[in-house]
Amino acid sequence: MGNLGIIFKRELHSYFATPLAYVFIVIFLITNGIFTFDLGGFFLRGQADLLPFFGFHPWLYLFMVPAIAMTLWADERKTGTIELLLTLPVRLVDAVLGKFLAAWVLTGIALALTFPIWVTVNYLGDPDNGVIVAAYLGSWFMAGGFLAIGSCMSACTKNSVIAFILTVAICFLFVIMGSPILLNAFPSWAPQWLVDAFSAMGFLTHFDSIAKGVLDIRDFLFFSVFIGAWLLASAIVIEMKKAN
Amino acid sequence: MIEISHLTKKFDQFVAVNDLSFSVREGEVLGFLGPNGAGKSTTMKVITGFLAPSAGKVTIDGHDISSAALQAKRLIGYLPEGAPSYGDMTTLEFLRFIAQVRGFRGVEIEQRVDHVINEVALESVRDQSIETLSKGFKRRVGLAQAIMHDPKVLILDEPTDGLDPNQKHHVRSLIKSLATDKIVIVSTHILEEVTAVCSRAVIIANGKIVADGTPAELESQSRFHQAIRVTLTDSHDLVADLKAVPGVASVEVAEDNGLAYTIFAEGGASIFSQVSEVAQQKHWPISEFYVERGQLEEVFRSVTQQSEGRANG
Repeated sequence: MGNLGIIFKRELHSYFATPLAYVFIVIFLITNGIFTFDLGGFFLRGQADLLPFFGFHPWLYLFMVPAIAMTLWADERKTGTIELLLTLPVRLVDAVLGKFLAAWVLTGIALALTFPIWVTVNYLGDPDNGVIVAAYLGSWFMAGGFLAIGSCMSACTKNSVIAFILTVAICFLFVIMGSPILLNAFPSWAPQWLVDAFSAMGFLTHFDSIAKGVLDIRDFLFFSVFIGAWLLASAIVIEMKKAN
Repeated sequence: MIEISHLTKKFDQFVAVNDLSFSVREGEVLGFLGPNGAGKSTTMKVITGFLAPSAGKVTIDGHDISSAALQAKRLIGYLPEGAPSYGDMTTLEFLRFIAQVRGFRGVEIEQRVDHVINEVALESVRDQSIETLSKGFKRRVGLAQAIMHDPKVLILDEPTDGLDPNQKHHVRSLIKSLATDKIVIVSTHILEEVTAVCSRAVIIANGKIVADGTPAELESQSRFHQAIRVTLTDSHDLVADLKAVPGVASVEVAEDNGLAYTIFAEGGASIFSQVSEVAQQKHWPISEFYVERGQLEEVFRSVTQQSEGRANG
């Protein structure tokens, strides 16, 4: 096992050593339930799919994921352990990736624990399970996108509350980027390529099609590149700001 | 061997370390002294590869800390200031983590962890989470992780800060026992520590070296070097008796105690025999009589304040 794996294990273990992981998972499951059954009208729709379930994920992640991401680097800086970690024979990329992966796996575990809803919809009807698997994967990749932003924001500050607020703000921007609300607000003289570029960066643009079962590799590619870019930015910020 | 050449570290406009050069050899325990904000911790952070130097370079056994960072870091054990560690882990979990990152595998992990737990006496808090430990234990956990891989270079930033006298003594004897074949750099502002454990002391102020030598050499720069302290039981005119004695520079009376005198030597030469002869001839009513080796504290104050005066003037 390389250092990436060792750091990953330590991080994941520390989520479960504190109540953080349990609180996160429980709240995630409860709010998911409320959104799906109450607001989403899961039963009223009378359709055997999980669209109301997945449809709320971007908004749920908007607050849940930054809560995990906020401590990633801010706490290391605050307690001084960053000095310990980065003077060990560890490459920065291993540290950034290891921490990110641990948080990502935590969101994956929370997401996987929503399986009763999948069981329910299979019990009640005959859904397209391929679509559901794709949507689960897409949802997890989107969570990764949120986390990667959070990793970078957490690297910017010692204060995890500030990291949380910054992450929510930036994630919100990316969520609404592809939505008509923002696109309609563009003045008519704005060049089309700019509007297109904006729309292409939006999370909803990519996630909506995944959730509907349009499994396009480009959407996954988008999230992968997005995650990579923000993690690279995290590494650069850590390198620049570790002195203060 | 650690070689530091023309090391400069700037934070924006502030120059924390200014063109610092020195080298440390195997077997040396280097005491790194200086007032708060002199650049001690910054220098250590650069040596350990946490901060990149603004100019100059640091090599550990020939490995440049900037360009061959991993090789250099493998040789170093480092206790950062305040001994940070992951509070939510137990002592055992934390040390196992360090052992793994240091490249130990399988049974080696337990062997190394057991060894360092023994070495710094952490047996009683093995399974306690680190955030619940007392300051002394936290410091020892930090030391344990620093010596995990039996490093060739040990860099300790204020290892005894905040410890009680027993714990200080323990840490000092640990450092001494480790030092034989290693390079140890200890930063501190407790001067007795330097005399107790260090074979060499470097004093820095405003990012520059202002003194470098063995503790004894530094002590001999003190104006108290070879001075004689005399305490009398009854008043007696020492000054008159000593007027004609060769080698005596001056005599001072302690402010708080009119019977305690300090007799200063000229040019740091020994005046013990002359003065004791006079004392016998003139029948001084002596209760105490001893020779000062010199005061490191006084040297520290004079060299660091001189430097400050230059920096401000």
